[in-house]
Amino acid sequence: MTAAVEAAEFDYEIARGLLPGHRACAGCGQASAVRLVMETVGPNCIVANATGCLEVFSTPHPESAWGVPWIHSLFENHPAVASGIEAALRKQGKLDQIRVLAFGGDGATLDIGFGALSGMFERGHDVLYVCMDNEAYMNTGVQRSSSTPFAASTTTSPAGKQAFGEDRPKKDLPAIAAAHGIPYVATASMAYFADIRRKVKKALDTRGPKYLQIHVPCPPGWGYDENASLEVGKLAVETGIYPLVEWEYGKVTRVRKIKKVPVEDYLKVQRRFRHLFRGEAGKAVIERIQELADENIQKYGLMA
Amino acid sequence: MRKMIEGSRAVAEAVGLCRPDVISAYPITPQTHIVEELSQMVADGDIEAEYVRVESEHSAASVCLGAVAAGSRAYSATTSQGMLLMIEVLYNIAGMRLPMVITGVNRAVSAPLNIWNDQQDTLAVRDAGWIQLYGESSQECLDMHIQAYRIAEDDRVLLPVMVCMDGFILTHTYETVDVPTQEQVDTFLPPYNPLFKLDPADPITLGAYAGPELYHEVRYTMHREALGAKEVVKEVARQFRDAFGRWSGDVVEPYRCEDAQTIFVAMGSVVGTLKEWVDAARARGEKVGALKLRCYRPFPQEELREALSGARQVNVLEKAVSIGAQGVVTPEVRAALYGQASQPRVACAVVGLGGRDVTFGTMDEVLSRAREGETDFFAGLRAEVLEES
Repeated sequence: MTAAVEAAEFDYEIARGLLPGHRACAGCGQASAVRLVMETVGPNCIVANATGCLEVFSTPHPESAWGVPWIHSLFENHPAVASGIEAALRKQGKLDQIRVLAFGGDGATLDIGFGALSGMFERGHDVLYVCMDNEAYMNTGVQRSSSTPFAASTTTSPAGKQAFGEDRPKKDLPAIAAAHGIPYVATASMAYFADIRRKVKKALDTRGPKYLQIHVPCPPGWGYDENASLEVGKLAVETGIYPLVEWEYGKVTRVRKIKKVPVEDYLKVQRRFRHLFRGEAGKAVIERIQELADENIQKYGLMA
Repeated sequence: MRKMIEGSRAVAEAVGLCRPDVISAYPITPQTHIVEELSQMVADGDIEAEYVRVESEHSAASVCLGAVAAGSRAYSATTSQGMLLMIEVLYNIAGMRLPMVITGVNRAVSAPLNIWNDQQDTLAVRDAGWIQLYGESSQECLDMHIQAYRIAEDDRVLLPVMVCMDGFILTHTYETVDVPTQEQVDTFLPPYNPLFKLDPADPITLGAYAGPELYHEVRYTMHREALGAKEVVKEVARQFRDAFGRWSGDVVEPYRCEDAQTIFVAMGSVVGTLKEWVDAARARGEKVGALKLRCYRPFPQEELREALSGARQVNVLEKAVSIGAQGVVTPEVRAALYGQASQPRVACAVVGLGGRDVTFGTMDEVLSRAREGETDFFAGLRAEVLEES
């Protein structure tokens, strides 16, 4: 039922949030990103976590890797659970001292928890929502989500004799979040540590709902060596495929400038795009991906 | 104070007196009057609660889950489709042992769409781990809500409670009820003081997953403590009588059963009609009685056995059906009586689905068909349906 972390084992002023000893895969982008977020947030918080990799690798009963109060309920209700925690703290007069966070993967955020997330935004709850975007249902074995990028091969959108993988572009949740007019929305990448810290600090300085979507490379899901997560993450940003953008009250206020690397450099290092490099048909698809990246570059003015 | 008010108002006043910290609900007929009354009470400052207006029943239950986990008292109300949408969260709240109270307004489930009363909705969630109490009158529903928080928050229980209340029949009708004072309720129901909660000063992990080596034991413990909750339900009823001077409790309640040859078993508002019918039938010489099943979860097996084993015939009035099997309550009544030296015959009569009136005529039909040996049947069916079969 509960697994209390032994208080004597940790100094909570130093060890915060996600502690060592969890069971994430080697090279897991999400584990690093969550650690960065939690180090920035500090100990005075409560975390509501969706079902997913993060939940499973950090809390097999009776073990827990969390040094802050943490709750997991279901796959799709963490925005509502966080809303309830926030309402309770408001009633208790503790909302000034305790920050409320919600963590979800891209499936929990863009798909199954989408309605609950929109509700949390429009009601104005003072919650920092962090989406760990690894672009598929990794916990269940790399099935396609609405965050899966165009042409990626997953176990339910596989490349085949007549298919080149995912046939729809990635759902643009940051823009949808921004359209709620909430105080702060940002995209980030696990490959840029200082950028994540700055965005988390900015989010914490803002009251009301905040949405932070962090691109978190996944070695087994994307198919690359465990020591390459930083490089792969950086390529996603530098190609313009994953633009790092900030919105305040619905308006873009800041972007991270890039040097523009060809998308091929990003695609060719990952197994999920390998099929695009076999034959002529793949070339056209890569051209289409370049167009999508170019659209991002133009839309957000990413070129230095 | 005695007042002539709508059943929904009676429930809203009871909930308000329990001082919930967080209320979250999604509107659905016929639950709406309850949450409208509570909204107004919050808007007027009559109660100090955070009212979270959510986008679905799934989120309503989830907001309550988060609030209770953070150490606050929470309330919600729903019915029918809303109950079915909530079901995933209902299991989760109970499994996490988070005490809260929901009014389960009883309504039919779709398809066909039907907003009127039966009990298919709350009976569909009977296995979720919630204590279920079924109210006969507005007064009983009012009293049950005050008792419900005390039962749920008891350290021996720590399970959520659903107060089941027939839609329209109770929620939308007026009767005179005795509304206790705030002082009385404050004395009876102290502020929620959780054994554990989400608190940075003492961090805990709630909702860790359990593998095959532990899950079995976690569910066993929950089951054992749910069975034990029966005594707490009774204890709280006695304490309620001492505090409020009114008996409004127990797990079953017999009516003229002492020498009854035939006993009707029912839950909810139909018990009122049943008692009237028992009086009328007795006046013409029928030795009948009624047994109100007030606490359905935990299931009061021993009490039912004791109350029913002297009868020759037991007729269960079912406002629900497990499609393709039989009524929902009857198999459990039969199981309670199984293996007894003196075993009454048990008939299952499905009545009043989708708001069909259950009248004296219905009771007469059930009495005579069971007497003729029928064991599982729908009473009050229209003639053209019978002709087809």
